[in-house]
Amino acid sequence: MNTTSFIQLANATSLPWPEVPVLPVAELVHETALELERGARLCAWLGVPENYGVSLLAGLAFDADNTLAVARSRPFTGGYPSLTMAQPQAHMFEREVWEQHGVTPEGHPWLKPVRRQEKDHPANGKFFEVAGGEIHEVGVGPVHAGVIEPGHFRFQCNGEEVLHLEIALGYQHRGVEEALAGGPHRATLAQMETVAGDTTIGHATAYALTLEALAGTEAPLRAQWLRAIALELERLANHTGDIGALAGDVAFLPTAAACGKIRGDFLNLTALICGNRFGRGLVRPGGCRWDLEPSRAGQLLEKSRGVLADVNQAIDWLWDANSVRSRFETVGAVTSRQAADLGLVGVAARAAGLVRDVRFDHPAGWHRFAQTPVSTWPDGDVFARARVRCLEIQRSGKFLEEQLTQPPEDEFFGQPGTLPGDTLAVALVEGWRGEICHVALTGADGKFRRYKIVDPSFHNWPGLALALRRQAISDFPICNKSFNLSYCGFDL
Amino acid sequence: MFVFDTLLHRARRGCETMAYPRGTAPALPERHGGALRVDGTKCADDCAACVPVCPTQAITRADGKPVALDLGKCLFCAACVEACPTEAIAQTKDHRLAVRRREDLFLGAPGMEEVRLAAALDERLKKLFGRSLRLRQVSAGGCNACEADTNVLGTIGWDLGRFGIQFVASPRHADGLLITGPVSRNMELALKKTYDAVAAPKIVIAVGACAIAGGPFIGHSQTAEGAGSVVPVDLFVPGCPPHPLTILDGLLRLLGRLD
Repeated sequence: MNTTSFIQLANATSLPWPEVPVLPVAELVHETALELERGARLCAWLGVPENYGVSLLAGLAFDADNTLAVARSRPFTGGYPSLTMAQPQAHMFEREVWEQHGVTPEGHPWLKPVRRQEKDHPANGKFFEVAGGEIHEVGVGPVHAGVIEPGHFRFQCNGEEVLHLEIALGYQHRGVEEALAGGPHRATLAQMETVAGDTTIGHATAYALTLEALAGTEAPLRAQWLRAIALELERLANHTGDIGALAGDVAFLPTAAACGKIRGDFLNLTALICGNRFGRGLVRPGGCRWDLEPSRAGQLLEKSRGVLADVNQAIDWLWDANSVRSRFETVGAVTSRQAADLGLVGVAARAAGLVRDVRFDHPAGWHRFAQTPVSTWPDGDVFARARVRCLEIQRSGKFLEEQLTQPPEDEFFGQPGTLPGDTLAVALVEGWRGEICHVALTGADGKFRRYKIVDPSFHNWPGLALALRRQAISDFPICNKSFNLSYCGFDL
Repeated sequence: MFVFDTLLHRARRGCETMAYPRGTAPALPERHGGALRVDGTKCADDCAACVPVCPTQAITRADGKPVALDLGKCLFCAACVEACPTEAIAQTKDHRLAVRRREDLFLGAPGMEEVRLAAALDERLKKLFGRSLRLRQVSAGGCNACEADTNVLGTIGWDLGRFGIQFVASPRHADGLLITGPVSRNMELALKKTYDAVAAPKIVIAVGACAIAGGPFIGHSQTAEGAGSVVPVDLFVPGCPPHPLTILDGLLRLLGRLD
């Protein structure tokens, strides 16, 4: 990368706000488009309220160079030329900025609310409609048939075939970012742990890294090690649950039944460390709250071997069944070009052949010392997404095996230190769904002036919508499960 | 080969459903503190060490009064337990937490040291629902942890179906709702409509700190303060999230199926 418009920084580091380059907004859009054209990825695109107007902050990732870059616009009001026209990956970001700060991306092709409220329901706006005598529309949700979070899906169908799917979210909006302003508050950590409750370790780690980066400190090595182990346990539990759910949706009951239980076994391994099945109360800014002492680590290793053997067996049944493979293959395909254009992350991106993994591309914390190979599959369909999960289950199992036998000698508890004023920090963590991005900017008083959370689901929901094009509507459940995105993580 | 493998594997593992409630309950994780017990008489004069450490402001101490803890707001982070110099607030390791009335979660006053566990439904409702209870789950701002640990009750380890309890796809098929989340403003209408769609008589179960009082989002303008602020609630199950055993205990207690 050879650019002068952006300033580079490594993952989980900070820099003084005045050092972030300031460009006229049109130029920021232009320069961002150029960098994205050259292969950068848009991690964050957010507004920072100023005395007069708002400034836009662009956060990019140069995966091949293992570096991040930021730049911001001069404060402005009104409108700016939309980035989405050149780079579809900005689509949701620009809608969000428009909704939060009232600046209009001029020329945006589908400018409508993301999660805003209208009386007692989200302001969904007008849905995209396909016209024609043979066309019918199917609306699903917000309350779904399973034990699952709410969201609304609007299908335009010709018979069984889906021509277009529009996903309207916002039902889960709890005002997380709004509450963070002026923080950290007493409840901030608990809110971070529940941004997406199934990604407690992921978001809590991103938050801890952000605070530590702001303060210019680092958690003790043993805490970093423990966070990395907990992150893989979270991945194992959720990937196992997803494989079981996919098996259930094609009526392959042996794997569905087994994985339902095995997922709980993995959650219990997290509970062995901290008492809570979702890892609540484990990660603390500055360190960890609990230690994983040798006898407990030994117990964890032994139990994890048993659970991994169970899940591998259940996975073998799945791939042995022709009926399962034929239901998964070619369904809900997203090409690697589409995945790159939309800026997909995590399993969905890797299943479309993109080598994209924060643990590998932007290692922070323990991942600087212990690497996990990136698992990819080329086809981009339901099969590929299931396959990548299975590969990652094996990689994570191997990681546990290696790490649990070599704990670093160090403290596990620490203090993050005081937060300096006017500082910007960026932290990425590869959660089980994909890239979690936290961006924090402190004001002169060292309190949060702006805190932005980008859950991987924010990037990936449009991927699910695209995957449904030309598919049978009856394949929606397996497509949806193969992405398994977060509603509350998106809605914040 | 997989049919053969599967059958063999199943035969080898035998029945994986836990013996509870006929046998003993599975142990909570060692570091899971279980329910809290608050003995206000143990509070030192002028001590309020627990009050500022609580993330959800569940603890108050008025001048000259003993400490008061609202377990409905509690996230079970145990910060208060660590802060308390006199062990007035202590963990009991007890998984049983579900109550019928909101005030049964207020702890601290003499005689109110622990939660007042849920009583069963009245005879008429017990006759209707005791052996067959169909629930519609509504997540209204839930973070997917309470949902996940509700879902896990349907797996082979817990097998909720053996009690005649089942989650159904439509409120029209349901005898009641199981609600998670603080009730985001954006879900208020959908929750009301779902509630209205359930035929009377119906019951409502609030699972988790959010659904009881707002949890970590207490006081947010974008959320209500739990399910009770939108619909009447018959059972409160505290936790963040509650352990599956705690949820199961609550359901069975409500149906009068535990002694």
